[in-house]
Amino acid sequence: MTVGLVVVSHSRKIAEGVVELAAQMAPDVRFYAVGGTDDGRIGTDLEKTIAAFETGLAEASGDGVVVLTDLGSAVMTAESAAEFCSEPDKVLLADAPLVEGLVAAAVATQGGALAATVKAAAEAVRFGPEPAYGAAGPAQSPGRGDPAESGEFELINPMGMHARPAAKIAGGLAGMDVEATVNGVDGTSIMELMSLAVGKGGKLRVEAWGKDSSKAVDYVRRLVEQGFGEI
Amino acid sequence: MTVGLGVDWAVQWLTLSARLMSEHREELIALDRAIGDSDHGENMDRGFRAVMEKLAQTPPETPGAALKLAAMALMSKVGGAAGPLYGTAYLRAATALGESAEIDAAALAGALTAARDGIVARGKAELGDKTMVDAWSPAVEAADEVLVAGGDAVAVLAAAAEAAEVGAVTTDPLIARKGRASYLGERSAGHRDPGAASSALLLRAAATAAGFPDGSAE
Repeated sequence: MTVGLVVVSHSRKIAEGVVELAAQMAPDVRFYAVGGTDDGRIGTDLEKTIAAFETGLAEASGDGVVVLTDLGSAVMTAESAAEFCSEPDKVLLADAPLVEGLVAAAVATQGGALAATVKAAAEAVRFGPEPAYGAAGPAQSPGRGDPAESGEFELINPMGMHARPAAKIAGGLAGMDVEATVNGVDGTSIMELMSLAVGKGGKLRVEAWGKDSSKAVDYVRRLVEQGFGEI
Repeated sequence: MTVGLGVDWAVQWLTLSARLMSEHREELIALDRAIGDSDHGENMDRGFRAVMEKLAQTPPETPGAALKLAAMALMSKVGGAAGPLYGTAYLRAATALGESAEIDAAALAGALTAARDGIVARGKAELGDKTMVDAWSPAVEAADEVLVAGGDAVAVLAAAAEAAEVGAVTTDPLIARKGRASYLGERSAGHRDPGAASSALLLRAAATAAGFPDGSAE
């Protein structure tokens, strides 16, 4: 677990606040909160941002940093800072809503994901209203047809589906050549998996399409059977 | 007549820019208060004060070096979106100018194009989005026309300044599609974009520094 998470905000309070929130779910993750100008006003600061990137890169021991931003000019400052820092390729800007994106990124990082997967976890959080999944069960993507593999597994861990199991599922599936849904939601999206709110005794139905279908279903089965390492 | 512009022009441009940002500080704040977060005037004033401090500390030897120094100061000290946008613009212009001690009309038009392209790349705004691009794009086109017609560097800057001023005015009725003003939607119409306004001032400063009489009515 080495990815560093940098928040670039116009406000020091926002940067520190969102880090405080996300850290609660990811106690071992390194966060870097950059907010406000050097004279304490609202704004973004290139030098502080570069410094946070450099510190994060050094402490990430090679795995890079993932950056979450608030409004447009924070994105521009972060892009500029990335261009100026020593390893631009290892600074990944996530295009995601700040609060939910950081939580998703933090949980993925805590779960041991690499930088590209952490970025994907943040970006899997959708802007705007989510598509409604009907209570009667999810609709399959039209045209995708019957899944190549599927399986249904009962949760035995006491906490059921929460952030860390969601991160484990999403992190593993993201690295496979597969399209997988869990109870109809995107299996690579931590936030969507968390939103399933399946408790102990509830079931996860995995459906998979693509080359790694059986590997994907088997991966979720093992996680569920092991109680996500919580029992 | 061929007029080449040297480092003295670049320093004078930045000095006049700083003066204009200070003089128009309240006006830019008022524009930004209408459709943004009301800090543009303050940010630009502070940014160019930082530019002047850097110029005093390390006097540049080429126009490109002067613009690069300005780029770094603006990016660090402006604070709002204008920091990375103008910083990128000046940096790209500096790169286009390279180590040249004297800039002719063609190099200048190239630098203006590079600056505009930098703003577009950084802000991802298009013409008509009610941003500084609406001042810069007409400026670049006007500069290119003068260049093709055989004008010298001063004429290129004069044309760019005038086109930027017209471009800034054309943002008045537009609905913002980028930046903080875009959150206002239709309510952003009827106000001049502060970034386009400051861009016009900066390009006017460039022409004035080259010896072109200040053509603004104010």
